[in-house]
Order: sequence, then structure tokens, then C-alpha cells
Amino acid sequence: MSGRLGRVWIALGVGYAFLYIPIALLVVLSFNDSRLVTIWTGFSLRWYVALWNNDALVNAAWLSIRIAAVAASGATVLGMAAGFALARFGAFRGRGLFGAMVAAPLVMPEVITGLSLLLLFVALAEAVGWPGERGITTVTIAHTTFATAYVAVVVQSRLADFDRSLEEAALDLGARPWRVFALITLPLIAPALASGWLLAFTLSLDDLVIASFTSGPGASTLPMVVFSALKLGLTPELFALATVIIVVVSLGLLLALRLGQVASARAGG
Amino acid sequence: MRWRLPASRTLVLALPFIWLGLFFLAPFLIVVKIALSEAALGIPPYAPIVRRTDQGALALVLNLGNFTLLAEDSFYLDAYLRSVRVAGISALICLLIGYPMAYAIARAPERRRNLLLLLVILPFWTSFLLRIMAWIGLLADNGVINNLLLALGLVAQPVRLLYTDAALYLGIVYCYLPFMVLPLYATLVKLDPLLLEAASDLGARPWRAFLAVTLPLSLPGILAGTMLVFIPAVGEFVIPELLGGPDAQLIGRVLWTEFFTNRDWPMASALAVVLLLLVVLPIAWFQHLQGRATGRG
Repeated sequence: MSGRLGRVWIALGVGYAFLYIPIALLVVLSFNDSRLVTIWTGFSLRWYVALWNNDALVNAAWLSIRIAAVAASGATVLGMAAGFALARFGAFRGRGLFGAMVAAPLVMPEVITGLSLLLLFVALAEAVGWPGERGITTVTIAHTTFATAYVAVVVQSRLADFDRSLEEAALDLGARPWRVFALITLPLIAPALASGWLLAFTLSLDDLVIASFTSGPGASTLPMVVFSALKLGLTPELFALATVIIVVVSLGLLLALRLGQVASARAGG
Repeated sequence: MRWRLPASRTLVLALPFIWLGLFFLAPFLIVVKIALSEAALGIPPYAPIVRRTDQGALALVLNLGNFTLLAEDSFYLDAYLRSVRVAGISALICLLIGYPMAYAIARAPERRRNLLLLLVILPFWTSFLLRIMAWIGLLADNGVINNLLLALGLVAQPVRLLYTDAALYLGIVYCYLPFMVLPLYATLVKLDPLLLEAASDLGARPWRAFLAVTLPLSLPGILAGTMLVFIPAVGEFVIPELLGGPDAQLIGRVLWTEFFTNRDWPMASALAVVLLLLVVLPIAWFQHLQGRATGRG
């Protein structure tokens, strides 16, 4: 038995090596002095300076962060309402259609979501004159739409897990539904809302395909700029950018893990 | 439940309902409509399907030409078959790599599991494009692997690794492996170790116990993981574009080219409609299986 488990642990190690060797490579090569990224000549921080001074990348990064923040916030509000309705409203008219609309974006190929939204924006512009120009607004709407599904799933599963007796007790004591929601339900689903927001933010920040379809001239998000740079070849600034993202994400996730441990320790679990 | 007030309920429901109806459902119907129209020069580059005839009457002109072309032109048919094959094989490779990983994490001490899972998910939170870039750095003609092979004298010329089918599969498996590990872990961690003990007490060798107990019980996880890899992989655009060869014409890439390069919006829409079928059919099959499983249980 232990021999078999030993082999399973080796498989786990190989799996992690497969996942992390490319990431380690990004970090190491970002400190390479050479302009030819993959040929090591010496240690240098020059590409981080070059990244900082690369206006196209920095501006695109800020644009992407702004879009992701707005889209994630919108998706959190919409996803909370949708998840709440699915978890708490029981059977209502149109539930089947509503459930399908909430879940479908999770499995929709990005090319279809992107194409269909662009065609909608074109049709709307023809019919009502809005949106006059595609850009930040249209990308934000597109990202809000597909991220809503992810938030809704997270909120719905959190609501399905927890005890309804608290809500029912408050209602029996005469609290109005809105007050019950604000005082009891909202604090209980706050962790789900936080992770939903972060998930939506990351998905928006990472999206190339939907943004490419729904954006217009003058509004290139970070993935769009990176993609067109990659079509031309590797540049050392991109490796520096990758390293910055990896460091930020790792710190954020470790912090989340730590907070989760503190929270569950406090809950006595 | 007691959320009796219809007004507040309606308000909560209306917001996401209207938003998704406008920005998810309506776009879809427009795709179907445009798939049935003819390409035209102009902005937007398609002909209306409702037109006025010479007599001034309204006429509905549906054009099935895009769909018949899809069925007849072997280029599109090949792209569909290739997409299904690539996504299917990728899901299988993910299963072979991901199953032992999920198994090991599920058997790890409980306090270690969160960290081990976090290590599987972490790459997913970092930029997708930049992880693809890492593989370009590894596989390119002047990339790390070729430099190593040349330095060791194992090859005289760089080996072509990038822009091959192998690179395509590597990229897909690399990006979607976490989607396989998570559902597998979720079913394996719930598995009662007493069942395996019972099997070994009854004299089953470990492999037999695995095949007779663990594998069948983890089937829901296997199915869910396979779906979670297959579905995004079948419409994938970025990985075949950046890592695959010129003949790695998967359907997502064909749709992209049709739209951005050829500006044939009706053809791109028809491709989208048929691609959607590729996604919906396995989901329907999956739900059918799940329905049968719960019906039995």
C-alpha cells in the first residue's frame, strides 16, 4: 500500500513540476541582461525599468485594471441578485430560462460570447444610436455579463450551504425582509462576495478574446497589447511583466489562505 | 419561504434578468439572424433578412447558404473534427496527469490539503497569455530546450518544437489541468477510506481495489473534469494561434479569421451556431447521465 502511495506522490511532484517549470522560467529570464530573451548573458534589472517606461504596456495595464474593477463590481451586484434569486426564491415563473441564462456563460466559448456581443452593439448602434463608438464601455459591459455567471454560482452555493433558521428567526421576530437581508444574509455571504469579486476581476483582467471583439480603436486592453506583441516575438519586458503579475497574485493568494485559516480557527474549525 | 413581498422579489430578480436578457440572450438571437443573412460589402457587412420587394411588400429572405457551405466545404468540416479530436485527447491527457495528483492531494494530511490545492490553482490566477509565452520561450527554435540540446551536442540543428501539434497539446493540457484536478479532488476526498480497507481485508490487491472501488466511485469527478477541459478547449483560439502550426485550424481560430481577416460576419455567425452545438450536446449528455445516476440512487 505504501509503495503505491509513494508512486502517487511522485506523480504529484511531476504534476507540480509541469505546472511550475514554465513559471519559474518566466521569473528567471526576466532578470536576463540579453535582449534575446532565451539566451542568458547576465543578471540585470534593466527590463523592469524598460517595462516601467513602456507607455503602451503601462497604459494598457491601467486601462485593464479600471475595466476589471468596474466590471467585477457590476458583476458582484448582478451575480449576488441572481444567486440569491436562484437559492431563495424557490420555483418562480421563468426560473428555467433564468437559470439557463445565469449558467450558460460559464460554458460558452469565448469566441461566441465576443462575436454575439459585438453583433448586439452593432445592431443597437443602428437601431438607437448607442453605443456610438465601441471601447471602454462596451468591453466593460461584456466583461460584467460573463463574470456575473461566476459570481452567481459562488453566491448560490454559499447560500445553499448555510442554515436558513437565522433568517427565519429574524422574520418570525418581525424584521422586514430587507432588514433580514442586510443584517443576516449579507454578512454571511460576504466571503463569497469577496471571492466572487476577485474571480470576476481576474477573469476580466485576463480576457483577450471577448475584449478583442467588443473593443474599438483607442481602447486596447493589456491582453490585446500583449497578444499583438507576442505575434511579433518575445520581448524581455513581457517577461518582467509576467514576473510582476506572478508575485502580486502569489502574495494575494497566500494572504487569502492565511485569512481563511485565521477565520476558520476563530470559528473553531 | 417567506420572501412574500412580490415587489421586492421582482426588483431583485429584474436586475439580473433584464441585464442577461439584453446582453446574453438577445446577442445570441442576433447571431442566429445574421447567420441566416448574406454577406455584403458595407457597414455592417451583411444584408438585412427582411427587405422591401420591388412592389413595396416586406419579404423575409433567409439564406441557408452559410450552413450548406459549412456542411460541404471540407475545410470547415475538418476544422470541426480536429477541434473535437484535440479537445478530447487533451481532456484524456489531463485526466491521466490529473487523476494521480488529485488522488495524492485527497490522501494528504488534512492541514496540508489547502496549500496543495492552492498550488494547483495558483497558475490559473496568473495571466493566461503570459503562461503561453513561457512555452514559446521553452519551445522556440532559439528557445531554452533547443539551446540545451545544442549545448549538450545532442542535436546539430534546432528541433522544430514550436508550431507543432505537440506544442498545441502541451499548451492546452498546461492551461486546463487545474480544471481537471479540482472536480476529481472533490469526489476523491469524499471517498470513505473504510471501503478500501474492506476491499483489502477481503483480499483484493491494491490495483484491484482501485479498479473495483475507487475508480467507479470517482466517475462523477472524471466526467465533470473531462467536461470542464473539453468545453473550453473545443472553442479555443489563443493556444492554437500562438503554439499550433498553420494547419492547427481549430474552429475558434477559423471563426476568428473569418470575422477579423475575411470580414465575413454571416459565415462567422454560422460557425458560432454550429460550434454551440458542439458544446451543448456533451452538456445535455452529461445531464442525462447525472439524471440517471440520481434517479437510481
